Amino acid sequence: MKTDTIAAVATAMSSSGIGIIRISGEESFAIIDRIFRKKDGTHLKEWKSHRVYYGFICDGEEKIDEVLVLAMKGPHSYTAEDTIEIDCHGGVLMMKKILETVLKYGARPAEPGEFTKRAFLNGRIDLSQAEAVIDIIEAKNQYALQSSVSQLRGAVSKEIKSLREQILYEIAFIESALDDPEHISLDGYGDKLDQVLEEIIERTRKLLSSADDGKVMTEGVKTVIVGKPNAGKSSLMNVLLGEDRAIVTDIAGTTRDILEEHIRLQGISLNVIDTAGIRDTEDVVERIGVDRAKNIAREADLILYVVDASCPLDENDKEILKLIQDRKCVVLLNKTDLKQEVEAEELEKISGQKVVPVSVKEGTGINLLEEEIKKLFYHGELNFNDEVYITNVRHKTALEETLNSLLMVKQSIADQMPEDFYSIDLMNAYEQLGIIIGEAVEDDLVNEIFSKFCMGK
Amino acid sequence: MPNVEETYDIIVVGAGHAGCEAALACARLGLETIMFTVSVDSIALMPCNPNIGGSSKGHLVRELDALGGEMGKNIDKTFIQSKMLNESKGPAVHSLRAQADKQNYTREMRNTLENTDHLTIRQAEVTEIIVEDGILKGVKTFSGAVYHCKAAVLATGTYLKARCIYGEVSSFTGPNGLQAANHLTDSLIANGIEMYRFKTGTPARVDKRSIDFSKMEEQFGDKRVVPFSFSTDPESVQKEQVSCWLTYTNEKTHEIIRENLDRSPLFSGAIEGTGPRYCPSIEDKVVKFPDKNRHQVFVEPEGLYTNEMYLGGMSSSLPEDVQYAMYRTVPGLEHVKIVRNAYAIEYDCINSRQLDATLEFKKIQGLFSGGQFNGSSGYEEAAVQGFMAGVNAAMKVLGREPYILDRSQAYIGVLIDDLVTKENHEPYRMMTSRAEYRLLLRQDNADLRLMKIGHEIGLVDDATYERLLWKEKAIEEEKERLEKAVVGANEKVQKFLESHGSTALKSGSTLAELVRRPELNYFSLAELDENRPELPYDVAEQVNINLKYAGYIKRQMQQVTQFKKLENKKLDKDFDYSIVPSLRREAVQKLNLYKPLNIGQASRISGVSPADISVLLVYLEQFRHQKK
Repeated sequence: MKTDTIAAVATAMSSSGIGIIRISGEESFAIIDRIFRKKDGTHLKEWKSHRVYYGFICDGEEKIDEVLVLAMKGPHSYTAEDTIEIDCHGGVLMMKKILETVLKYGARPAEPGEFTKRAFLNGRIDLSQAEAVIDIIEAKNQYALQSSVSQLRGAVSKEIKSLREQILYEIAFIESALDDPEHISLDGYGDKLDQVLEEIIERTRKLLSSADDGKVMTEGVKTVIVGKPNAGKSSLMNVLLGEDRAIVTDIAGTTRDILEEHIRLQGISLNVIDTAGIRDTEDVVERIGVDRAKNIAREADLILYVVDASCPLDENDKEILKLIQDRKCVVLLNKTDLKQEVEAEELEKISGQKVVPVSVKEGTGINLLEEEIKKLFYHGELNFNDEVYITNVRHKTALEETLNSLLMVKQSIADQMPEDFYSIDLMNAYEQLGIIIGEAVEDDLVNEIFSKFCMGK
Repeated sequence: MPNVEETYDIIVVGAGHAGCEAALACARLGLETIMFTVSVDSIALMPCNPNIGGSSKGHLVRELDALGGEMGKNIDKTFIQSKMLNESKGPAVHSLRAQADKQNYTREMRNTLENTDHLTIRQAEVTEIIVEDGILKGVKTFSGAVYHCKAAVLATGTYLKARCIYGEVSSFTGPNGLQAANHLTDSLIANGIEMYRFKTGTPARVDKRSIDFSKMEEQFGDKRVVPFSFSTDPESVQKEQVSCWLTYTNEKTHEIIRENLDRSPLFSGAIEGTGPRYCPSIEDKVVKFPDKNRHQVFVEPEGLYTNEMYLGGMSSSLPEDVQYAMYRTVPGLEHVKIVRNAYAIEYDCINSRQLDATLEFKKIQGLFSGGQFNGSSGYEEAAVQGFMAGVNAAMKVLGREPYILDRSQAYIGVLIDDLVTKENHEPYRMMTSRAEYRLLLRQDNADLRLMKIGHEIGLVDDATYERLLWKEKAIEEEKERLEKAVVGANEKVQKFLESHGSTALKSGSTLAELVRRPELNYFSLAELDENRPELPYDVAEQVNINLKYAGYIKRQMQQVTQFKKLENKKLDKDFDYSIVPSLRREAVQKLNLYKPLNIGQASRISGVSPADISVLLVYLEQFRHQKK
């Protein structure tokens, strides 16, 4: 049972500087005590308020990071609750790791805007700021909602839906038998459920391990490569991959007509999507691919537009130019090793975007592209959104809770507990999975009972 | 023409299970109460199934009893068979169900009502409510008589504009051919109340002498009967019981039904009301579950002094000739004679979201309602609402605070909260799956949960209350003793464990630890427990359950703590949500419509999101500061 102590990364989830993980609530001190070790490896004897402690965050025996911890007893803190701030080395992975450790030892992930909300509800924020607080909560909620659903990979959300369906069916069966024991019998059901659970648990574990690899959510800057066919998009992708040892993501069951890769470029996390070339086409299959490419480009945070310098701009380029208008975009003038039909300056004028001359084939100019992306990023023009990371952590927590609940059901079966106890934990698993795909429970169960099982007089 | 004109504290309209509880509660609290019914012979009538209780409904009856209601006592006096359902399952879902002698049930309840001080019974159809400036002033009857009152409870059941239908035959009557109430709906609508039209149904009653029981399985009652009421002496209910019988439909039955579907008013569209999914007619079951090649039919006696038998599981609105044909395909019913046809009934009821959690109309002060009129189904659901509506009407007249049970306190709380917050388009039935904290809301601890409230209301006497306090103390002391009592890993203990299929001890253990082992319990451990005091069964049962399921119970209690945080953040009934910036339009509409009592209730309204609740919390805090 998670307490009502919350935690989140308080600084931007960028790849540099120092990161702060904040914990707030009654359990804050107990939680930090579980994971903090002094330099000599021992526990701190006493936590004093408004002191800074130097040491290490550990998960059991494993040292995670060297940190400074600021301890604040309520009400003298931002939220007016007991609060802990962990200053760690920056870096997305490190911050994530520490946050996950904090969650593992008793906190729950904060809702969007929850620190601010608590600060306000505890009277720490001035009244005049109330409206702003409401706006923050609203905006963050909207973003979180968007990201939690849209950032979820299709295959993952499909899998979660299927798991939920299966779990709900089992709950509904138990419940209809409890409500109408004379019509529906639970004889021998424990063994059957045990087998069903084996499979569901296995599938949940798989999801959880893919969450560990950041595969559940599409983290990073959503980047899309567009251009006419043969402009060199795929080659660009390969160059980026080769140079940066990209992690190739793949989830079983994903069919991809669009190639998607996770790439780290100078410490910036990019989620790069290679699309079908954009050109006017009569071919139906290709048309679908092109339409989809356009849609993806519309949703992307960053567009890399690859132009073939060796052939003149045409109608298709015009269409793409329309697409990239007022968007964060880097135009790559490719094939500069060949005879130039398109000049960089001219293209810069037409597109209104920064143009980088490259030769993907020769591998020249790629460093300029990296510099350009870095500039966009550190000048704050590209938003490397924290919420996605937070959401991912929240999803992972939900998956862990799901797994725990399912294991509890198995334990209940092994302990020969009566069947009505199974549905308590099954329901919890169902709700936790629902959190991930943003679906509330409402009257699911009652509907399922009536539609699947024949009851009553 | 001069009309009769009288004045009472409380008026109760209807004398079914809701009306009876409402009237008794008010009169017992010393308020002058008058109860109207279209037929005095039909007080506490059971027009459908001959049972009280059942899964989760049994919980309701016990809760009602702990609060000071009558239903539990009445069924203890009149049952002819009793069973504890789900005995092989966890304590949370054990549920009592008794077969009633219907006539006897009615007679006993009537006897109780007629001998209650301050209670007047009057046969008349109430046709109008009299409302002035949003405050209820009284009612008018068909004859033109006017009755003034300080508060009223509407419990009209299935009688408003009732229509009974089977096949092409339809008659404008209430259940059992009783007179319908055809006028009140118009008066309610004129006073701004939104009405729904619901439907339900009942199977045929058949002549016992025409049944061949040798083709059916006999169903017995429990050897040891547990009474419904906490105040009934358990010895007094150990008596001879009658049997029920189980048989099944078959492909032939289903074929006849399928062939005649076009003649069913449900499928032809002649019935417009919304029927309950949990109580489907046999034709519904055959259509919805085509893979099932048989359905159970429970043949249950309607009483000791009648030959009528109830065909549970085969409610229908098919034409008379089809009813004969289909019933006669069922083993044992080959030559069955129908006494009363199966029929569907349509009636007017309200959209229950017009009510506060006190069951008072939001728009009309002093007007309360309960039972099927509120869109529920079932005798037990009706009784508990009638009781709560009656109590709150009485509290209003007495100038006392109303009583609202929340979802963590009682099934009654779940039922009423669902009715007043959730969209409901069919008669609402209680189900254990609707209760979030059912491990805490057990039928065995209804007294521990609610009797204090019953005593505070004034419907539970001092002696019963004293016994409760003693029981609470005895349970706590015994639990504590077992947590401390240690048994060593000696030969006697190991032998005992072995004989019970339990693993041997490595070192000493408390008795409480042993109770928690799946294969052991408090009762079986008596042998090892040398210092065990003599305790009555109900105390021992609580000790056993509380120790055995301590882990689960603790988890649910933690959930309740979270739940209570939101329930305790009260909302103002007159608050206008449209002034809250950033609240989504749909949320504003819903909140303004329902005017929830607290944040918890607001969060359960469909269409109000967690983000809306956050916004609301922040805004309310600001509001509070400004008021200071």
